[in-house]
Amino acid sequence: MSEVLLKVENLNVYYGMIHALKGISFEVNKGEIVSLIGANGAGKTTTLHTITGLIHPKEGRVLYKGEEITRTPAHKIVGMGMVHVPEGRRIFQGLSVYDNLLLGSYSRKDKNEIKENLEKVFVQFPRLAERRTQLAGTLSGGEQQMLAMGRALLSSPELIVLDEPSMGLSPLLVGEVFEIVKSFREAGKTVLLVEQNAKKAMSISDRAYVLENGVITMSGDSRELAEDERVRKAYLGA
Amino acid sequence: MDFINALINGLSLGGTYAMIAIGYTMVYGIAKMLNFAHGDIIMVGGYAMYVTLLLVGQPIVALIAAIVFCVILGVCVERFAYKPLRGASPLAVLITAIGVSSLLQSLAQIAFGSAPKMLMAVQISGTVTLGSIHIAYYTILTLALTVVIMVAMTLFVKYSKPGRAMVAVSEDRDAARLMGINTNAIIAITFAIGSALAAVAGYCMLIKSPTLTNTLGAMPGIKAFTAAVIGGIGSIPGAMLGGIVLGVIEAISLSIPGLAPFTDAVEFGILIIILLVKPAGLLGKARREKV
Ligand SMILES: Nc1ncnc2c1ncn2[C@@H]1O[C@H](COP(=O)(O)OP(=O)(O)O)[C@@H](O)[C@H]1O
Ligand SMILES: [Mg+2]
Repeated sequence: MSEVLLKVENLNVYYGMIHALKGISFEVNKGEIVSLIGANGAGKTTTLHTITGLIHPKEGRVLYKGEEITRTPAHKIVGMGMVHVPEGRRIFQGLSVYDNLLLGSYSRKDKNEIKENLEKVFVQFPRLAERRTQLAGTLSGGEQQMLAMGRALLSSPELIVLDEPSMGLSPLLVGEVFEIVKSFREAGKTVLLVEQNAKKAMSISDRAYVLENGVITMSGDSRELAEDERVRKAYLGA
Repeated sequence: MDFINALINGLSLGGTYAMIAIGYTMVYGIAKMLNFAHGDIIMVGGYAMYVTLLLVGQPIVALIAAIVFCVILGVCVERFAYKPLRGASPLAVLITAIGVSSLLQSLAQIAFGSAPKMLMAVQISGTVTLGSIHIAYYTILTLALTVVIMVAMTLFVKYSKPGRAMVAVSEDRDAARLMGINTNAIIAITFAIGSALAAVAGYCMLIKSPTLTNTLGAMPGIKAFTAAVIGGIGSIPGAMLGGIVLGVIEAISLSIPGLAPFTDAVEFGILIIILLVKPAGLLGKARREKV
């Protein structure tokens, strides 16, 4: 029996008059990669912002490990084991690579744990080790994405929420990013992956949800969904 | 040798401006607001010193009391006047800050009257003479405090956990929250530090000229704001540099007989020239497009 790590129930989110999420529900089980796919403006980022407390829903609930976190402020959620790698990476450009990573560990108290995490990140991303004293703003797009993911790992997360990590990267780097996402699962972590690159996302994820105009219209096993006629037409360019 | 004297005076005057400007610039960078009541914290610190002197008569105790009182006041002003407006239009926040400024000045007038108070006990007189160079003791003390504050602030921002969090919040508030940073706490710390520095700046003003009125902080507040803009608002090294530059210009201008009456015009003229050449200020970052 799989353990539910994240459960979202009937989320309704508004931006003023705009009804951005119209009662969506889904769940993420421990050890899975779950992808959330959908066109631009479907509400993917809004979903992630609501889960990690940057915005709060008008209706509905978010449960993490069975605990309700619907109104928990964003800064408390990282410490609970869920980390959000935001759209557009949002690294701190004026700080060094090293300082960015340290900020990733802000919610951790244990010095040894932080040191071990840093070493692991430098092993996984040697480029970050080479450039540790450089200002983060001087990194290339691919390196900035590595930094955003490495920074997230510094919080010792159980669940990593990624918002379009492959956005704006060259095909070679896109492949690399998806390999890294797979490595998270191999390291025992759980991933909620938002992507416009549906094909790649479904090729590495266990399950997928399709979001259209604030509503989840399809869901299921990634491999089965990828065969679905409507999904192929709308998202896989087939 | 007049020039050297003016330069030394300018450095110390600039140090005082820098202390105030650091508060302005930190609050701007982190809370994204212009705290026009910042100068009035200096004045309140002055009255805190005045009251403490009446009670204990020790200048150093008075300074510590002023710092503590200003920190509490600064944090309360943020908590009760500015925090409820988070997310409101910048204009609403600006008007509130101006309101807080008048409120503090009026309260001081009600409590202490409009006749100036003389804080003779904190005044420091006497000079050191090296050949034709005369340096007042208060100048030396101000310069020493300036150096200590600048070094401490630089180390704090670069190497401490809350300092790094401040930089993160000023760059990207939501991304900082995703790191686990409690932005409200960081904003409160920012006001606390700014207010403590304002109290020290007030002390530096009063050891030189011990006349205290409820508008003590008004002109230094405007000068420090100018200094923050010259240096690049939002940048702490910029506030330090801008404060020193402005202080030196002011002192040199005052030392030249023909120019002295126009000193304020010279200062603001230089502000305009600097902004024409470098619109983001000397050390300010030109706004880069987010990729
Ligand atoms: N801050 C905002 N204010 C107003 N509307 C917003 C805001 N953010 C997103 N929206 C709207 O909400 C909808 C969903 O946006 P978003 O979650 O960013 O979609 P996605 O990430 O799938 O591209 C869009 O119609 C968008 O225009
Ligand atoms: Mg998005």
